[in-house]
Amino acid sequence: MTPAITPFSLLFASIFTSNILLANFLGMCSFISISKDMKSSNGLGLAVTMVLTVTTAVNWLILQLLQTLGLVYLRYIVFIIVIAAVVQMLEMIIDRVSQTLYMNLGIFLPLITVNCAILGVSLFMEIRNYSFIQSVVYGLGSGLGWWLAIMALSAIRKKVEKAPVPPGLKGAGITMIIIGFMAMAFIGFGGMLQVQ
Amino acid sequence: MENAPAIVQALVAPLSIGLISAVLGALITITDRIVNNYGDLVIDINSGKRKLEIKGGAPMLQTLAESGIFVPSACGGRGSCGACKVKVKSDVGPHLPTEIPYLEKEEIEQNVRLSCQIKVKDNVEIEIPEALFNVQEFDGVIERVRDVTHDIKEVYVKLPEGKEISFSCGQYGQIEVPPYGKVRAPTQRAYSMSSPPSDRNHLEFLVRLVPGGIVTTYVHEHLQEGQRMKVIAPFGEFGVKDTGATMICVAGGSGMAPFKGIFQHMIETGEIETREVWYFFGARTKADMFYLDWLNELDGEYEKFHFVPALSEPQEEDEWTGPTGLITEVLASYLTDQIDRSSPLEGYLCGSPGMLDACMAVMRKFDMSEDRIYFDKFA
Repeated sequence: MTPAITPFSLLFASIFTSNILLANFLGMCSFISISKDMKSSNGLGLAVTMVLTVTTAVNWLILQLLQTLGLVYLRYIVFIIVIAAVVQMLEMIIDRVSQTLYMNLGIFLPLITVNCAILGVSLFMEIRNYSFIQSVVYGLGSGLGWWLAIMALSAIRKKVEKAPVPPGLKGAGITMIIIGFMAMAFIGFGGMLQVQ
Repeated sequence: MENAPAIVQALVAPLSIGLISAVLGALITITDRIVNNYGDLVIDINSGKRKLEIKGGAPMLQTLAESGIFVPSACGGRGSCGACKVKVKSDVGPHLPTEIPYLEKEEIEQNVRLSCQIKVKDNVEIEIPEALFNVQEFDGVIERVRDVTHDIKEVYVKLPEGKEISFSCGQYGQIEVPPYGKVRAPTQRAYSMSSPPSDRNHLEFLVRLVPGGIVTTYVHEHLQEGQRMKVIAPFGEFGVKDTGATMICVAGGSGMAPFKGIFQHMIETGEIETREVWYFFGARTKADMFYLDWLNELDGEYEKFHFVPALSEPQEEDEWTGPTGLITEVLASYLTDQIDRSSPLEGYLCGSPGMLDACMAVMRKFDMSEDRIYFDKFA
């Protein structure tokens, strides 16, 4: 059964109340390593948003095919292959269409293939039985949420750089603590709206 | 599905995955064909000196090589050596993160690019050293491999029948060794030519064994006479300046290579009779010395040619009577009281970076001006 949630609410929910990063903790590795630098964070956020939107849409179509053929159990591996291929094509197209965008995305686009948030969103989309529109909106919203979170984190890290952090906590340590606080802050949105 | 035989059921998954991968692979290829098709383009080199009509879409290094322009590249276009720099006069977009580590600030300002990293997407104008027009790729055959010391081999390569090379002494070539052992890809490295330019159908290189070196290990352990070897040459600007000034040449180890060619060339042209040449060659022990007889013979035969071999750690069995000590010390002592410093001096250096820097320092101390010291630094 397709859940009865309007695309707008779903968009809001996926950005704030069930942020893919801060509620589900997906895509952590690049989140922690790239957030050191704000400009890179921006590029990566943009890349994640684009890839999430496109791959969720494509994977929804593939999922229908798998369901008709009774091969849903292959979804994990198929989703990964689809993501890898889509990222490849997307990279070629962006390179041709917009040099500026290509430069901003830089090396991140191919790296995203292995970002677990991308696979995670496709799998949530399947578990929650989203319709095509809902899937696209959910993909877009999750991307924007991821982008928002990494920009917020990298801004905070910029401040923390100058703070007197105990030596043992410098780098990844303090970052994990910050992420914990951010996640708690985002719980505050939780009461407004719930998706499964 | 459930009623199908077990073997069919077992095959469904791999076949479906294979099928989906094949479809996606085909889609990527089609996208590549459509998106990366930039049509017929023109690369304008050095303001119209050469115009190459090429197909766009591929990296510039590869595109140029396909048209017979060989920009030096030691890593084969993987973006890890930074040798394939080309000045691009057209706008080809901002510098990529993969280029920046290899470029100086001034180079970035002048829009110098790594040609292996940028794709040719439009008509472009570039500037390269004129000498690169002369660079050719030869499918050579190893005619002779000979040990000159315990760790230096002389490799004599015959160029294909009917092919000739024209180069000047002191230039270098890139030799390519095939994949072997754990090395998966063909690997190129640069070596100075030690043969004189008059030998137009051959190239000779001196290759010293570097522990762990991919190409040197191959040359020392696997290279056979009669084997084919790809050589791309000539590159480089090192060479004798035609000023008539006294030449102070300093070399160590396989740094002998350019000087061997230079002296042979000077004998052929007769310049060796008229130009004052001092050749300092440093080695650790006599076992590291080579071409000693030939060079001593030159020293005796030509009044203006002076050969000064020096050992830094002479062994007892060497029975060495010549100068000892580091080559820099020997150079300094000769500059103090042997070499006529009233006539103009030029420095020519070839060897390891450490040796070069030390010799430069000595030469500067004796008031030789830096822009008249020429060197060929091993990387």
